[in-house]
Amino acid sequence: MDWLQSLGRTGLILFERLGRGHLFLLRVFGGMSDTVLRPSLLIAQMYSIGVLSFTIIAISGLNVGMVLGLQMYNTLVDFGAEDSLGQVVALSLVRELGPVVAALLFAGRAGSALTAEIGLMKATEQLSGMEMMAVDPIKRVVAPRFLAGMLSMPLLAAIFSAVGILGGFFVGVGLLGVDSGAFWSQMQANVDLREDIVNGVIKSFVFGFVATWIAVYEGYDTVPTTEGVSRSTTRTVVHSAFAILALDFVLTALMFGGI
Amino acid sequence: MTASDRPEPLVKIRDLHFRFGARVIFDGADIDIQRGKITTIMGPSGTGKTTLLRMIGGQLRPDSGSVLVDGLEVPKLKTDELFALRKHMGMMFQTGALFTGLTIFENVAYPLREHTKLPEAMIRDLVLIKLQAVGLRGARNLMPAELSGGMARRVALARAVALDPMMIMYDEPFTGQDPITVGVIMQLIRHLNESLGITSIIVSHDVTEVSAISDYIYMISEGKVVDHGPPAELKQSRSDWVQQFLQALPDGPVPFQYPAPDYRADLLGDGG
Repeated sequence: MDWLQSLGRTGLILFERLGRGHLFLLRVFGGMSDTVLRPSLLIAQMYSIGVLSFTIIAISGLNVGMVLGLQMYNTLVDFGAEDSLGQVVALSLVRELGPVVAALLFAGRAGSALTAEIGLMKATEQLSGMEMMAVDPIKRVVAPRFLAGMLSMPLLAAIFSAVGILGGFFVGVGLLGVDSGAFWSQMQANVDLREDIVNGVIKSFVFGFVATWIAVYEGYDTVPTTEGVSRSTTRTVVHSAFAILALDFVLTALMFGGI
Repeated sequence: MTASDRPEPLVKIRDLHFRFGARVIFDGADIDIQRGKITTIMGPSGTGKTTLLRMIGGQLRPDSGSVLVDGLEVPKLKTDELFALRKHMGMMFQTGALFTGLTIFENVAYPLREHTKLPEAMIRDLVLIKLQAVGLRGARNLMPAELSGGMARRVALARAVALDPMMIMYDEPFTGQDPITVGVIMQLIRHLNESLGITSIIVSHDVTEVSAISDYIYMISEGKVVDHGPPAELKQSRSDWVQQFLQALPDGPVPFQYPAPDYRADLLGDGG
């Protein structure tokens, strides 16, 4: 019966954490008004979460686009359909790879940094100090970071996709000889604004919401020790990755159907 | 002076009970902090001294009992009422708790920027006055990481008095500091108390230092107040526990040995 007890205990811990996470989210929403009233708080965080993630997103996007261009060309050329390369690269990036890979990179780069920063602020009593100065850390520390993460993610995913398409163009048109006009016109004709681009943006917005929520919650709820912060940072990356991949399937099924 | 002649204490704690899980931290403690005085809460590590400060500041709620600060029942205050009260409290954390991303100047300016609409020139003047009081006006552009532990505590003290509070709580202000820094911090606490009339609460286990500057001392152990009084009176205490603590005796009511089975039986036995 030990396994049953252990299963029950794990279940209770899981639901307790989920419950606390949701209550925390409500407090963050409640504290959002100050962030809106003081845009300087938001801008500083947009810089550190969004702008500083630009390099890794752009380089990764370029590489993914180049690999995609190469792989797709090799498959399409067997059917004489290499002119469709632009469409295939763009759809793959805008619908799937852009939002998903950018979100995974975002969780690894910005999410882990958010958890470590907030966790260390807790461990070094900075959050406590703020409370004793009659300043609510949820309003000053958590809410601006949460909003900045949520807004940065769709922009980063868009940059990822745009740079990826350029990477695909460079390999397909520049190196493998696909016709440039065909590359762009096929893309223009077959990528739909609402069906493909808006759905991709919605995906990246949802991923940004979840990844930032996990990151700020793990930081705020951390055990205030060196080991505690280290564990929380790891949990942020692992849980965000699981959440992003699971949500991607759900959202894809809802948006593009087929099940 | 009889109890009825005394002015109402700034902090009045009655029948305080608090536990962390199964561990009892306070078990019916009564403590009064008189206005304008330096009161020290003394006791061994882990007796809940910092917990007591957190309850006075409303960061923790007691399981039962009352914590009155300036006539307000802290555990029953709503968040906005609590924040309004905290504007009149300062706290110097053991680690300093300075914001690592801000300069010393910005750290001290932080509460002023958050709670006042003063013009920048006035904020600058106020910050420099506070930093001058702790001797660190010249360090205003340094980052917290560039300061020694003692300097960080002095900056924390300047920040704690930025809004001219009615009371300051000092969490282990002397722990881990060299003798010169200890002397500086002692002098600052005394000076702030005398010149501004700020009520001071110190939690500490540094007997010599707090005996020198405190007006009144509470000794707590195992959740109860063991004895209390002015430092000179406490030295005459008949409590064995107080004498062991004040004289730093290794054995006494607080045993040297952690509870263990019989030594001889343990050595001859097969372990366990």
